[in-house]
Amino acid sequence: MAEPAGADALVFAGVSKVFGAGTTRITALDDLSLAIKAGRVTGMLGPDGAGKTTMMRLAAGLLRPDRGRVHVLGEDITKTARAVQSRIGYMPQRFGLYEDLTVQENLDLYARLQGLAAAARPARYAELLKLTALGPFRARPAGKLSGGMKQKLGLACALLRVPELLLLDEPTVGVDPISRRELWHIIDGLRVAGVSVLVSTAYLDEAERCDEVVLLDHGRVLAQANPAAMEALLQGRCFKVTHPTMPRRALQQTLLAQPEVLEARLDATSVHVLLAPDIPPPEIAGAAWQGVAAQFADVFVDQLHARRPARAPVAPVAAMAPRDHAPVLQVAGLNRYFGDFHAVKDITFEVTRGEVFGLLGANGAGKTTTFRMLCGLLPASSGTLLVAGQNLLKAPAEARRQIGYVAQKFSLYGALSVAQNLAFFAAAYGLRGERRARRLAWAEEEFELGPFQAMNAADLPLGYKQRLALACALLHEPPILFLDEPTSGVDPLTRAEFWQRINQYAANGTTVLVTTHFMDEAEYCDHLLLMSLGASLAAGTPAAIRAQAASADNPDPSMEDAFIALIAAHEQTIRRAA
Amino acid sequence: MNARRLGGLITKETLQILRDPSALGIAFILPLFLLLLFGFGVSLNAEHVPIGVVADHPDPTTDPLVAALRHSRYFEVRPLPGLKMARDLLSRREIDAILWLRNDFTRQTLVNAPASIGLIVNGTDANTANLVEGYVMQSWMIWLAQQNQVASHPLGLPVALQFRIWFNPALRSQDYLVPGLIAVIMTLIGALLTAMVVAREWERGTMEALMAAPVTMAEILAGKLLPYFVLGMGGMALSVALAVFVFAVPLHGSVLILALASALFMLVALGMGLLISSLARNQFVAGQIAIVVTFLPAFILSGFIFDIRSMPMAVQIITRILPARYFVSILQSVFLAGNVWSVILPDMAMLALMAVFFLGVTLARSHKRLD
Repeated sequence: MAEPAGADALVFAGVSKVFGAGTTRITALDDLSLAIKAGRVTGMLGPDGAGKTTMMRLAAGLLRPDRGRVHVLGEDITKTARAVQSRIGYMPQRFGLYEDLTVQENLDLYARLQGLAAAARPARYAELLKLTALGPFRARPAGKLSGGMKQKLGLACALLRVPELLLLDEPTVGVDPISRRELWHIIDGLRVAGVSVLVSTAYLDEAERCDEVVLLDHGRVLAQANPAAMEALLQGRCFKVTHPTMPRRALQQTLLAQPEVLEARLDATSVHVLLAPDIPPPEIAGAAWQGVAAQFADVFVDQLHARRPARAPVAPVAAMAPRDHAPVLQVAGLNRYFGDFHAVKDITFEVTRGEVFGLLGANGAGKTTTFRMLCGLLPASSGTLLVAGQNLLKAPAEARRQIGYVAQKFSLYGALSVAQNLAFFAAAYGLRGERRARRLAWAEEEFELGPFQAMNAADLPLGYKQRLALACALLHEPPILFLDEPTSGVDPLTRAEFWQRINQYAANGTTVLVTTHFMDEAEYCDHLLLMSLGASLAAGTPAAIRAQAASADNPDPSMEDAFIALIAAHEQTIRRAA
Repeated sequence: MNARRLGGLITKETLQILRDPSALGIAFILPLFLLLLFGFGVSLNAEHVPIGVVADHPDPTTDPLVAALRHSRYFEVRPLPGLKMARDLLSRREIDAILWLRNDFTRQTLVNAPASIGLIVNGTDANTANLVEGYVMQSWMIWLAQQNQVASHPLGLPVALQFRIWFNPALRSQDYLVPGLIAVIMTLIGALLTAMVVAREWERGTMEALMAAPVTMAEILAGKLLPYFVLGMGGMALSVALAVFVFAVPLHGSVLILALASALFMLVALGMGLLISSLARNQFVAGQIAIVVTFLPAFILSGFIFDIRSMPMAVQIITRILPARYFVSILQSVFLAGNVWSVILPDMAMLALMAVFFLGVTLARSHKRLD
């Protein structure tokens, strides 16, 4: 059944794919060639717009290449699409489930479409339901499953007739960490069974679970190799930096100001640094440098750096604004129901001035709902909610000037140019005369939007969309900034740059409230609220939350470990109560 | 076509229809609502039209004419003292017409000279105005006939008009509105519903998963066509039952012909729906296109409300490419006139041609790909 070891499951030869026409042409794949070996798990990494989904769709025969050839399992997909489609499994980004059909009915549909004989179905269903732990939910409509369960059902539907090649397009985005781990267990099982797997992902830590990784950027392959081998190439360039007195964030800023530092990330207890090749660590008084193994994020950053203009040096934070610990945001006993669905369950927290406060959780955890209530876009079902001492839902429009809001996916006017977007938001916030001119100039300079002024917002690269959205939200100099999943889908360099800016604003006294489903971003927050299914799992500093989950076998847990342990504990409490 | 895969698709579609109240609503509640609205609410008959009668000199000659109007169910007669007041009432729309019998009316009648009567009709509503004119003429004739019998010698007009209405002797507007409405309802189910449900598959990302499965495009299309065909014929059966049993519209022709013509038209409507869905991949756009290119023309240009022969020539030519026009013509014939083959056969042939065209173009245009 499986291809002989060493054969190629998937070959792209000089493939180009362009979407749109005229001025809105987007090159998704640019003369891309690569071969993916059979019987292995291959990961595909890259920011949004790198061409991951286009590659998956070409491999599934859903698109036709403009130039070049795509061979899947030894056959030319453009000539024998249907024959190939009966040998592969494909799970699209949104899982392809019929929401008003039950788990069982979805399985029935795909079993028939894939030509699985009726006699063979019961045994295969039993196997897959056991594998995905969906057995108890056979009669539940797919639309009422959690994100993690949908993902597993989508996978089960792609696996009904054991495929020779399985294509998974970002199966884990926004899914809770437990479901992510379970998915990877299933993939490991498939690898043992000899199935070739191609999986695209936005999570860099998942790359380390693959036999081989393809790094994509702008429709081209940056690198393709075994992840451990790629990490080994960075031997001697990665360090764990600690400082006896300087706070971690200040240390990070100091490190980033050094030209030889390619990246400085916060991790649990120190700052993780990647240096440019063949350069000794820079001298920073008091800092202790300890060589460590590279992580996959380092590989990605290193590859991106090699191809992009050098990062503009970031001005170190002049001075930390004095923290008066005045509460800016107060939330107590907050609840929200949608019909009989309890979306936010009794949430309580407080945010003080100049703090970066993170709401962390998977899709469906209630982060965005909480956010909308805070911004006065949605009334709360019960509880108190004060932003700068006022409930924004009832307060006059004047009070809303206190906040800047960046919505998920950046609510920009796609058909307006960058300059027009900025002008619109300036008008919307009532900026006039000298102040308007000053703020517009600031936005252009701060976010390096100058070269893009005439470009339509819809055509901007994702990283610049993020910058423009942030610029629009900050035009009126709000003391409080709300950011809803601002880093979803952007590459690690852009993410790092974004967090640097946020830290700067916070240091200058802006209060920042941010939601994210990336566990590693938790370290950038002063305080966190971990949410799951609408409820609060834990609150506190990242270190305190990690400490809660420390155990004898795992004395130094990562944020993801902590999250998983807390969800498990939370579920136990619920079960005990019931 | 593979029976197992097609069966899977049909089962899926059927389950979705049964669970989605909006599909069943469009197929069964909407016809009910439209039929009730048009059957009871909208009437193109002019009944109880308020008419003012101004007789300058009421006398035994004028009284029978007023009485003839009074006995007609078409009029609500208001005797008025003078023309000035009548004009005021007309301009306030309290009455729709004025019948003016001048002071020389009786004298002229008796001396057998041409006796003229004045009829002033509010032409704002042209349809009602025409009807009022016709009805007054009818009453006028009745009065003349009576006068002829009373008088020993024939009066006035040399020609006696004989008035007969064929095919809808009771002149009930339901009788031709309801059959026409069925065509509109079927267009809604066939084109609008189908275009929207296919667009929904694109929106929710399920189309991508379907296309990556080893099915053929013909199977995907047939998987949509068959369930909605059954649903549309169900809506059709409900509409016909309502027409016959609730609105008492006579069904002179054969039920079999009706079913056959409906099946053909259903295929045309489904073909248009599928073709629209291959152009528009979101529900809003698909819905808008379906309403503008299928529903509105079926409503306005199919001859269901407005007579095609009274349209400007250019518009008349346009109606020839409207499938609903042929179906309305078949429906009105089968219901009101019976199996008039000279109408039904050419119309059915046109529908068959259009079904082949729309389904063929859809199949040719649809690729199992996203680009």
